[in-house]
Amino acid sequence: MNLWSIIREAWRSLGANKLRTALTMLGMVIGVAAVVLMLAVGTGAQNQVNRAVTSMGSNLLVILSGSTSSGTLRFGSGNAPTLTTGDAEAIARLPDVQAVAPTFPGGAQVAYGVANWGTQVLGVTPEYTAVRDWPVESGDMITETDVRSATRVALLGATVVEKLFDTEDPVGKTIRIRGQPFQVIGALKKKGQSLDGRDQDDSVLVPITTAQSKLFGNRFPGTVRFMFVQAVSQEATRSAENDITLLLRQRHRIQPDQEDDFTVRNLTQVAEAASATARILSLMLGAIGSISLVVGGIGIMNIMLVSVTERTREIGIRMAIGARKRDVLMQFLLEALMICIVGGLVGIAIGVGGAYAVGKAMQIEVAFSASVALVAFAVSAATGIFFGFWPARRAASLRPVEALRYE
Amino acid sequence: MAGHFIAVENLGKQYETAAPGTPPALQSVSLTIAQGEFVAVMGPSGSGKSTFMNIIGLLDTPTSGSYRLNGQDVAGLSTDELAHVRNKVFGFVFQGFNLLKRISSAENVALPMVYSGASGSDRRRRAAEMLGKVGLAAYGDAMPNRLSGGQQQRVAIARALASHPQLILADEPTGNLDTQTSVEIMGLFTALNRETGVTILLVTHEHDIAAYANRLIRFKDGRVVHDGPVIHESTAE
Repeated sequence: MNLWSIIREAWRSLGANKLRTALTMLGMVIGVAAVVLMLAVGTGAQNQVNRAVTSMGSNLLVILSGSTSSGTLRFGSGNAPTLTTGDAEAIARLPDVQAVAPTFPGGAQVAYGVANWGTQVLGVTPEYTAVRDWPVESGDMITETDVRSATRVALLGATVVEKLFDTEDPVGKTIRIRGQPFQVIGALKKKGQSLDGRDQDDSVLVPITTAQSKLFGNRFPGTVRFMFVQAVSQEATRSAENDITLLLRQRHRIQPDQEDDFTVRNLTQVAEAASATARILSLMLGAIGSISLVVGGIGIMNIMLVSVTERTREIGIRMAIGARKRDVLMQFLLEALMICIVGGLVGIAIGVGGAYAVGKAMQIEVAFSASVALVAFAVSAATGIFFGFWPARRAASLRPVEALRYE
Repeated sequence: MAGHFIAVENLGKQYETAAPGTPPALQSVSLTIAQGEFVAVMGPSGSGKSTFMNIIGLLDTPTSGSYRLNGQDVAGLSTDELAHVRNKVFGFVFQGFNLLKRISSAENVALPMVYSGASGSDRRRRAAEMLGKVGLAAYGDAMPNRLSGGQQQRVAIARALASHPQLILADEPTGNLDTQTSVEIMGLFTALNRETGVTILLVTHEHDIAAYANRLIRFKDGRVVHDGPVIHESTAE
């Protein structure tokens, strides 16, 4: 019996009982749609987290200066002027450390012509862009010479460029930061949100020495607020963390019974925790979707069993006129498969549409991939074969005389 | 001659589901049927005539004895080979017509050829030809439930003829039909037997239907109690 005839037969017999076929298909549709939708939402969340994680830079540690206390009031980390440029240079010499980017931040009003914008100004060294994995889009990065002579040059983040220059090319223009003229030497590539949702592009980079001495009137020359340290590899972050702690305790002459006057944070661990959370979330969503798919599959098995029983006599007639076991098996298997394939396609369409709508409505990222659609489709087809096989086999192994006698 | 078309020897059938002590449905049946015969099988219900028919038609298997078809013992055939024989060698006509309701008459007639792997155009051509032969050339597109009982049985006969069978097995083919239609159907069988030489095995419990045959086999309690030519004078009892 050729395949085309079997397909036509199966199609016709499904068409003969449209309501039942539609209801069975509905189970499949809901199952596949749930899988596609859940995975799209899960993958979207995972992508969002991953992007934020990579935007941080890789293998990073951040060192914050210690807290100050005034009487019984204790201020947060980063307030005491305990970290210095000298510390940064010493840390850079540690074997597990790739690069160090000491940073001196401050808030400032920046202006170009009549446009002005309040933003974060970061005093940095040339290593900053490499450590943060934040390439310069046009122009040049701050150089050692800029740092040495505390020149008034600046690099602008994408948001600042947009606020001050709109579509104009900022490189070579002069802006004012706290009223002082700065030459724009470059613009940074768009980086997006950080893990805590801050707009990282809303910042201006200037030489660290300029920030320390000219912009933010530092009472403690040579101090930095925090520094980013890049370890040579992911595995080295842990030992780098220990080495830095030892080195800084030594440099700061901290007695064994005293607390650190700095904090070392391993951002790799933060990133791993965030990724793991996102992964678990998308796994859980996938599991919920899969359960609906299994329920849909059992619905199909149920209907196929009823259908086999109802059509026992028909099976008998077919066998009497020459249908082989495998012809009967194929016929019922194909019916189940067709329900699943059509249901699967509709489910994919609804899942994609639904995920898109959910993403729009809830302002979250959703991600589709051809592989998810393909997997959902394959799973629906496999469900058809799996749940259709038993009823089909039952039909095929009937003895002709028994099947014919069935009323 | 290599042997008979159909030869059964000591055929017996005991249903496993039967209550203990009940006699077998069929016991020590030995007979032969030659090509071209028109055989009527009679007997009261429970006499074993339907069991005999099912075994000959390879729809059921005997529990003892041998059955040779064209000289070959069918006991050695696989289920697929049995299906092939049913498809190629036999044509079935049932009391309840047994047409598939969802497909047209022409498609019903073409169904055996679907399983024998004939091409779509061959199937359509042959289905039309067969419908013409049973006088229903204009009814190819009709769905079975739109046809009268007689017409449905004609479609069933056309289906039985579709794969050029050597043997037509008809199980009470007129059981659901009125007298006039029965006469027409039996006329059709007689003509087919005469013109194409197809062997016909007809199960019935009506004497005037059996009278169309050339040979009469009577069953009682699972045994053959009479086997001989039909005596046309004794139609009425």
